[in-house]
Amino acid sequence: MNTTEGTPVAQPERFEFTPENLDRARAHIAKYPAGRQASAVLPLLDLAQRQMGGWVPRVAMDYVAGLLGMASIRVYEVATFYTMFNLRPVGRYLLQACTTTPCWLRGSDEVVAACERKLGIAMGGTTEDGLFTLVEVECLGACVNAPILQVNDDFYEDLDGPATEALLDAFRAGSAPPPGSVIGRHGSAPIKGKTTLTEAPGAAAPGGGADDAG
Amino acid sequence: MPKVTIDGQEIEVAPGTTILQACQQAGVEVPHFCYHERLMIAGNCRMCLVEVEKSPKPVASCAMPVADGNVIHTQSPTAIKARRGVMEMLLINHPLDCPICDQGGECDLQDQAMAYGFDRGRFEENKRAVRDKDFGPLVATSMNRCIHCTRCIRFLTEIAGVEELGATGRGEAMEITTYVEKALGSELSANIIDLCPVGALTSKPYSYVARPWELRKTESVDVLDAVGSNIRIDSRGAQILRVLPRLHEDINEEWISDKTRFAIDGLVRRRLDRPYIRRNGKLVEAEWQEALDLVADRLKGVPGERIAAIAGDLCDAEAMYALKELLTGLGATSFDCRQDGARLDPGCRAGYLFNTTIAGIEQADACLLVGTNPRWEAALVNARLRKRYLRGGFRVAAIGPAPDLTFPVERLGDGGEALNALVRGEGPSAEVLRAAKAPMIILGQGALARADSARVLGAGRAIAETFGMVRPDWNGFNVLHCAAARVGGLDLGFVPGPGGRDVAGIMEACRSGAIEILYLLGADEIDLSDIGSAFVVYQGHHGDRGAARADVVLPGAAYTEKDATYVNTEGRVQLGRKAVFPPGRAREDWAILRALSGVLGRPLHFDSLSELRHHMRAAYPVFGEIDHIVPAEWGMFGEAGPVGPEPFTYPIADFYRTDPISRASATMAQCSERFGGRSDAAPRTGTHG
Repeated sequence: MNTTEGTPVAQPERFEFTPENLDRARAHIAKYPAGRQASAVLPLLDLAQRQMGGWVPRVAMDYVAGLLGMASIRVYEVATFYTMFNLRPVGRYLLQACTTTPCWLRGSDEVVAACERKLGIAMGGTTEDGLFTLVEVECLGACVNAPILQVNDDFYEDLDGPATEALLDAFRAGSAPPPGSVIGRHGSAPIKGKTTLTEAPGAAAPGGGADDAG
Repeated sequence: MPKVTIDGQEIEVAPGTTILQACQQAGVEVPHFCYHERLMIAGNCRMCLVEVEKSPKPVASCAMPVADGNVIHTQSPTAIKARRGVMEMLLINHPLDCPICDQGGECDLQDQAMAYGFDRGRFEENKRAVRDKDFGPLVATSMNRCIHCTRCIRFLTEIAGVEELGATGRGEAMEITTYVEKALGSELSANIIDLCPVGALTSKPYSYVARPWELRKTESVDVLDAVGSNIRIDSRGAQILRVLPRLHEDINEEWISDKTRFAIDGLVRRRLDRPYIRRNGKLVEAEWQEALDLVADRLKGVPGERIAAIAGDLCDAEAMYALKELLTGLGATSFDCRQDGARLDPGCRAGYLFNTTIAGIEQADACLLVGTNPRWEAALVNARLRKRYLRGGFRVAAIGPAPDLTFPVERLGDGGEALNALVRGEGPSAEVLRAAKAPMIILGQGALARADSARVLGAGRAIAETFGMVRPDWNGFNVLHCAAARVGGLDLGFVPGPGGRDVAGIMEACRSGAIEILYLLGADEIDLSDIGSAFVVYQGHHGDRGAARADVVLPGAAYTEKDATYVNTEGRVQLGRKAVFPPGRAREDWAILRALSGVLGRPLHFDSLSELRHHMRAAYPVFGEIDHIVPAEWGMFGEAGPVGPEPFTYPIADFYRTDPISRASATMAQCSERFGGRSDAAPRTGTHG
């Protein structure tokens, strides 16, 4: 996603933070000592990406560089280094499928195949209506609930083929299903119910009273 | 002081020394690519791994400071094996195109692969391919060869002060790029060619021209600005193929400007390779004897006050000395070497030198620039100013329209008023200068080449004296010249003698007919369109403005074609050396003048260059002090009085085309086209080329 290769992207003429984002940007900059404003480059690029609907055009990098008093090339370096900055436009829903070992063992191939089949796009592609972009990512760090599909900022967990298709249908219909496990488990709790601490607190063995006292 | 043992040899080094530096001090060579002593430490090539006892892994010696008691092995099996591993990794993506690579024969990677490489690869995947970049007309790229040492990025960021190059992407996708595809807008950009340890960045004009072992190397000095950068001229046969920097810590360190490096293709174009005589309004080829006879005929019987001579910006001291001797013998007194009309006073040497010296800039703590754009007038002086700025505690103020100098400059005004205020000791910047321990002032030719030049000089002297810039241990008064010949000319007193005329006076007298014969020694920067019917003799090497108006052209030698003496803006006398012979029937300048004196029947008192130098040094002892700066005596110069309010303008409107050589250079023309419209370009004044 962060490469300069491929077809050139139509870049907007100019970029400027909205007043609200400018306030947020100033708050980020104020966190760092004078002369170290460049430290705010990551949050500012993130703000710019959100404002642009998921990607950072070059004018936005230049704008951030100007705001932080750094050379443009230093911002280009940062933006191209981090894979979470998109340097070309993406769909409204950015589907990031994790295919690293735990997700793969738990069926990420099915998730990816479901996305590709349902949306008619290949990995890295964007649907013609501009709604979905599908990319492959490295470990998202939620292996316990593998496989994972990250949609914009939210994780959808414990997916399989049909669940993925249902999820995509819901997004296409304009609704946003609640993030988290699609099989309804709470957090990363065991799928078949609790396996420890099954008894009610207090009724337990000596020492249980300490909680009450505390 | 930490004591370390390197390969069994115990040495004591200064605290903070890195292991690599300690090894170098001990005379032990450690291979490296990314480390460069003048750049920040990056530590990313890993080639400099050494074994340090009690350290679990090999250590990157360039980035590791020594600790007391370190026992370092640079040739142990662990160290060698580690380097072999690094080399194998570096070669994974490096193409095997040495036979067609311009770096071949002077490539660090090639050399070190001989020591640490394996004779076959174990890597079977495809090598990565990286798109080449367009860095402008000077630097050719072949990015597949890049090993990501980042020297080029660090050079441009730190030394050139142009943050345009960076490393985008990560891991295998990392690329050295400007990202927005633009040429590198620095006058020092081509130094990255020398810095590149592989063939990723090579010289575009020199591409596929020669191999290093075919070249004859001549150590010389540059004359395209007044810095006197030390250069090495590489030639093959009669042709100069490239110019490289030569280390001189006090002048150019190990850098040279792009003009110094690449204007040399102008040495084979528009050359005057035979004498010419104007017949019926057209210059036609002639024999030496004819041309010299004609000049002698015209000179004979003309009274001295009707003869004038102007020396150009690239002249060597020997030629100016010979010309002055010859014409003084005829009674002439109208000499001038200051084509731009600056009223520099040869009476006081400190009044026209860069007294602080270029290396001395590093001791300064405040600097006032008056009418100068050092970035274009002396790119390496500017680099030194930036070096000083980066160390901190250095304030720079400027009078004159200030373009981007790569370091922050406080603007005090455009012209004389700001200067007058400082002379009166007014304003906040006066406080800065007063508080400074080692303040310096740099007067540029933009401030001196104008009608009230003597007053500007006087104002500069007043400021230097008011703010304690002139002390036994420090001289902060500096004149920054643009012409390599200027200081030498002033040292020789190539200025109007008693009753003589200066450049403007000579032009006027030519128009009015008061001067009959005008001898131009490589003088091309003056307007010769309206000088009446004066008989003009042009002696020089390029068919530029001077030759176009000449009645007789005597073909001379360019700086690469003669052994000659030059004095740089600091007053440092240096010897240029002959790398090739002058083309065709052109001759060395002193010899032409000696021959002319013979035809005139008044032979000069020397028959060889060494005799000439002997006489010159006897008359002007300063020329005997080769590469040694003699501090100049402070004295009276300039004139008191307010400086006019007109804004200062800069003498150089186009960095790439300042003299007959660079104007004849195709490479410089391309640069000028590419960078001419740069937004930080100095305003064009219309008074110069």
